[in-house]
Amino acid sequence: MPVATAPARAESRPLVPLAILGLALLALAPTFLVEGYRLFQLTLAVIYAVAILGLNIVTGYNGQISLGHGAFYAVGAYATAIMMASFGMPYWATLPIAALICAGLGYAIGFPALRLGGLYLALTTFALAVAVPQILKYHAFEEWTGGVQGVFIAKPDAPFGLPLNADQWLYLFTTVIAVAIFLLSWNLLRSRIGRAMMAIRDQPIAAEAMGMDIARLKTRTFAVSAMITGIAGALSAIAVEFVSPDSFSVMLSITLFVGMVVGGIASILGAVFGGLFVVFVPNLAEEISKAAPGVIYGVILILFLFILPTGFAGFLRRLAGPLLRRWRDGATTNQDGR
Amino acid sequence: MDGLAHQLVAGIATGGIYAAVALALVMIYQATHHVNFAQGEMATFSTYIALTLIQAGLPYWVAFLATLVISFVLGVVIERVLLRPVHDAPVLTHVGIFIGLLLVFSNLSGWMFDYTVKAFPSPFEAGGPMLGGLVSGHELGSTAVTLAVLLLVFLFFRYTSLGLAMRAAAYNPVSARLVGIRVGWMLALGWGLAAAIGAVAGIMIAPVVFLEPNMMLGILLYAFAGALLGGIDNPGGAVLGGFAVGVIENLGGAYLVGTELKLTLALVIIIAVLLIKPSGLFGRVVVSRV
Repeated sequence: MPVATAPARAESRPLVPLAILGLALLALAPTFLVEGYRLFQLTLAVIYAVAILGLNIVTGYNGQISLGHGAFYAVGAYATAIMMASFGMPYWATLPIAALICAGLGYAIGFPALRLGGLYLALTTFALAVAVPQILKYHAFEEWTGGVQGVFIAKPDAPFGLPLNADQWLYLFTTVIAVAIFLLSWNLLRSRIGRAMMAIRDQPIAAEAMGMDIARLKTRTFAVSAMITGIAGALSAIAVEFVSPDSFSVMLSITLFVGMVVGGIASILGAVFGGLFVVFVPNLAEEISKAAPGVIYGVILILFLFILPTGFAGFLRRLAGPLLRRWRDGATTNQDGR
Repeated sequence: MDGLAHQLVAGIATGGIYAAVALALVMIYQATHHVNFAQGEMATFSTYIALTLIQAGLPYWVAFLATLVISFVLGVVIERVLLRPVHDAPVLTHVGIFIGLLLVFSNLSGWMFDYTVKAFPSPFEAGGPMLGGLVSGHELGSTAVTLAVLLLVFLFFRYTSLGLAMRAAAYNPVSARLVGIRVGWMLALGWGLAAAIGAVAGIMIAPVVFLEPNMMLGILLYAFAGALLGGIDNPGGAVLGGFAVGVIENLGGAYLVGTELKLTLALVIIIAVLLIKPSGLFGRVVVSRV
């Protein structure tokens, strides 16, 4: 499918994996440089970055607005917690299963809403996000979910006698998985399928006329996105050692959305900034007032939409100028949510 | 049988609230094709304003009217300042701004009026149970007030020239502009009206569910369900849908799923409507020309 392959892009390709490799090394360094609670916060930031990447794939790259990705995060977290607590599975073995469950759920949720415009998907997913804590508390599932109390699990120790404490191992484990997911997503979005996703976002009618199966691509994109966010949720359960219904309120979905907009819509790097933002900015703001993080979140979200609609990543890209722009794929700068 | 009758009446009473919020949503949807996710939190904020005014010593109905005026102005200002500049921006920008507004208003409510759950006065409590204990004074009163508001809105749009101008601006902005209607201001008025209607809903539901910053979140969900059920581009349909959802919610909560899953019921209604009849019961089927 010859969809506008710019020659400049092909020449500059080898640079990008190198840059990503450098970033990956940069991401691994804190294992040994940061300690205790700070390291735990960084672990959370990495997890949120993965969750936001998942949201960005469906909302940023495919133009389907989801306000309910916290639901998939919750399902991933609960799947892992239940498998560890009730079935005694090792933490690493729960990840693929949690991923599959979330992919299936994403497919099932995305399917009905796809029949209509983006607004209806936003509505449905918003309703899902609001309903999630209630479903998790439901007494029929209490045997597994622990009802209001939630589920406690134990933090894993470093394997193979590695000289790392539990926090360090957790950060390393999370980051390696996150880097793998980022690389896979990068590949996916630069592939034929990724270009088709963006074509459907920008010009659905032309895309369909060129033979793209819009419904199939959209549902599958939604499933992939739900899967990635679900893996992030699973990782968060391991990191926090605890899941409970009230940690997955509608605020979680909104947090992911804010992180995506602030980091950069339709930008892979933006997801990293988003993750850092949602973990560290509320901490700063909380010192002002209990309610302040929410107000500041809202104000920052609106300000970004007005002043920096391409987010922090877009801002950096503009700063770095034409040199950077040449080897970064031109398609990612194009953000159009329609 | 008495139980069923009471559930029906209670359903109609809460349905009136959903109908009002659904109408507010549909008014903005018709004019702009966007759904205001912050409608509920704006209504909660208005309710806090009403409580503050009442506590400051104003008589109930004076505070009620003053709140409507304040909410109206707030709605107009939000449209002019935040939404006017992004009028032609993609859907995602609008959704983002609505979510930002939701965050700001719900946390402002918590920040300014603190997070404790507050009781809210009702002017109808003195009546006590009426019609043989079937309906409480507040249920009857709040249904009367919401019905009166819905009727006023209908009369306004049907019989005044300003209402006609607003409808024209929503249906066909280009032609409306050509005959001299200030379309931008009509949108702002629509926002103001929607905010005022939301405030009525908030003030009427607060004595029942108690006032706290997240009071309207569940109600907004039912209003979504009601608007979709009735047809999101049909104000009358949305009102009927709101009442229907109120009844379904109460009967479902009492006999089917229990109170634990009431919100999930709203989600199920939304998904069911989208799957079975996406245009709603009274909505227009949209056929787009390619």
